[in-house]
Amino acid sequence: MLTIKNLHVKLEDEDKQILKGVDLTVEAGKVHAIMGPNGSGKSTLSYVLSGRDGYEVTDGTATLEGEDLLGMEPEERASAGLFLAFQYPVEIPGVGNMTFLRTAMNAQRKARGEEEVSAGDFLKLVREKAKALKIDAEMLKRPVNVGFSGGEKKRNEILQMAMLEPKMCILDETDSGLDVDAMKLVADGVNALRDAGRGFLVITHYQRLLDHIRPDVVHIMADGRIVKTGGPELALEVEQNGYADILAEVA
Amino acid sequence: MAVAQPKPDLTESRIAALELPKGGAWGMAARADALARLRVMGLPGRRDEYWKFTNPDSLTQVAAPRAALFEAKDEAPLFDAVDRLRIVFVDGVFDAEQSDELSLEGVEIERLADAMARDIHWAREFYGTLETAGQTPVARPLAALNTAFATDGLVIRAVGKAAKPISLVYLHRSETSDAILHHVVRVEEGAELTILENGPAAARFNKCMEISVADRGAFHHVRAQGRDHERRAATHMFARLGAESRYKSFTLTVNGVMTRNEHVIELTGDDASAHVAGAAMGDGKLQAFHHDDTVFVTHGALRCESRQVFKKVLRNGAEGVFQGKILVKPGAQKTDGYQISQALLLDEEASFQAKPELEIYADDVKCSHGSTTGAIDETALFYLRARGVPRETATDLLVLAFIDEAIQEIEDATLQDDIRTRLQLWLERRRRG
Repeated sequence: MLTIKNLHVKLEDEDKQILKGVDLTVEAGKVHAIMGPNGSGKSTLSYVLSGRDGYEVTDGTATLEGEDLLGMEPEERASAGLFLAFQYPVEIPGVGNMTFLRTAMNAQRKARGEEEVSAGDFLKLVREKAKALKIDAEMLKRPVNVGFSGGEKKRNEILQMAMLEPKMCILDETDSGLDVDAMKLVADGVNALRDAGRGFLVITHYQRLLDHIRPDVVHIMADGRIVKTGGPELALEVEQNGYADILAEVA
Repeated sequence: MAVAQPKPDLTESRIAALELPKGGAWGMAARADALARLRVMGLPGRRDEYWKFTNPDSLTQVAAPRAALFEAKDEAPLFDAVDRLRIVFVDGVFDAEQSDELSLEGVEIERLADAMARDIHWAREFYGTLETAGQTPVARPLAALNTAFATDGLVIRAVGKAAKPISLVYLHRSETSDAILHHVVRVEEGAELTILENGPAAARFNKCMEISVADRGAFHHVRAQGRDHERRAATHMFARLGAESRYKSFTLTVNGVMTRNEHVIELTGDDASAHVAGAAMGDGKLQAFHHDDTVFVTHGALRCESRQVFKKVLRNGAEGVFQGKILVKPGAQKTDGYQISQALLLDEEASFQAKPELEIYADDVKCSHGSTTGAIDETALFYLRARGVPRETATDLLVLAFIDEAIQEIEDATLQDDIRTRLQLWLERRRRG
């Protein structure tokens, strides 16, 4: 599904190398988790994959089902099936949540040469998905993320994911700022989307999200590289001993 | 006092090219008075402080610069869905054939010339009166020129709640038309009136509207200035508001090489309110775009409220100007004055100049003003794109969101939606090229 090879990335405006050769393959149907200390490059990886400005790829490749991601505009990546659940979902005053969702859905469909969704079908679908995430009609009517609590913003991200049905989902610290109940709700939303055709990359600091979203593979990232890969037990090891042991081991 | 220096050459040659319309003793007297004032003031030049950000030359030169007509193709005219009394002017001339009958429950409507032909007429004490009052402390020579030389116009008097809006439609058919229109509006005690205006009107359009709202009266105004790219317009709204009266005006401008919209509002009765809003969307790609909102609100009574909300979205060298002033006279206690002007510049070539002013001579008032100029929010843009919305569509969404605060100033929700839908359509058309 997602194949990253030897990815090197630096900041555009500064001579600062952030990613120093990332190799990673996420297969369809699998959940991969990336853990790592602050500043290891986890979020940069998610931004570079989704096409955010400010980064320069100096070497390496990233492909989604064989298609070169790095050469695409952000909207093309989305239409190709990539979805990034933002660590800090953006507030957009004046743009209604529903308008935003429908515009996004139809833009993706149009880009793929598919029929646009009708107003009626869209409404039915969004109500159904919102209900599962305990997002009420009032929230749907409000401007995108404006006045939402931290938990509401994250649930709204998952709602977008559920509506857009991407092939490859990247969750960037989706657990940050969530209480236990909200985390459960978000995890349920993610788990509901798990299927044989979809890949997940879950970026997190902590193991607790992974109690709810059980990963198949866990990677440890440090200083711009993946330094260790293992099964779910690796996350538990981090939880118990911190990163120091692992980093010492690979150094 | 910023009285313009006399510029005999420019002013006299402009006057010489115009003919003082004849008819009616009081009308002739008002015109002669306006002409005398115009001669003293002189037409504005580039050096005038009040025209610092807008070059008045094309508005003052003798002949109107040629303006190509714009064909809106299959676009339905604005306000078509609204139940209204439709009154049409073609290149500034009343067109009876295309207009509805000048009859509406709760309202008296006449052509200006017909009113002037009668010695005893309510409009007699209003024509040119508010315009004259509006000449201090700042001179507005183009308005004096209008009062002197207006060739057509309406006098409208609401005596009750108007059964439906009066819609003034200004069609542009001649590439060289130079139209001067003057309307007088009187809203009597407790009466209510809505006036809609749309259309480019002429190659060059000088329009003046004097609106007097008596105690507890309400006046609503929604205007769209037409889509002709090359048209030029200088408009003045002079309003005087009685106690507990309400005044609300919204203007939408999308095209036009030159637009100067002046609002001069005086709150003279206690507890009156005046809201003025404007949304301009300028693209300098096909033609130059220059848009100037100049507003002067005077608080002269107790507990009045005024609000100015102006938004401009500019690209490809389009220029925006906002000059807004709130003057609070001595004794106008408990005044609540608010003013905001904001520009969204979509590229580095676009520009916005703002001159917000407060002048306060009372000590128990609440007045605030703000002005911002900014680029598109890149974070929001990326968020939308990351969800699959192409850059241009995402930009349009953010543009509409930005403009919407001004649209929300329109009282009627149906008219709000009308304007929104229209803007969306125009943006889509622009995108498709």
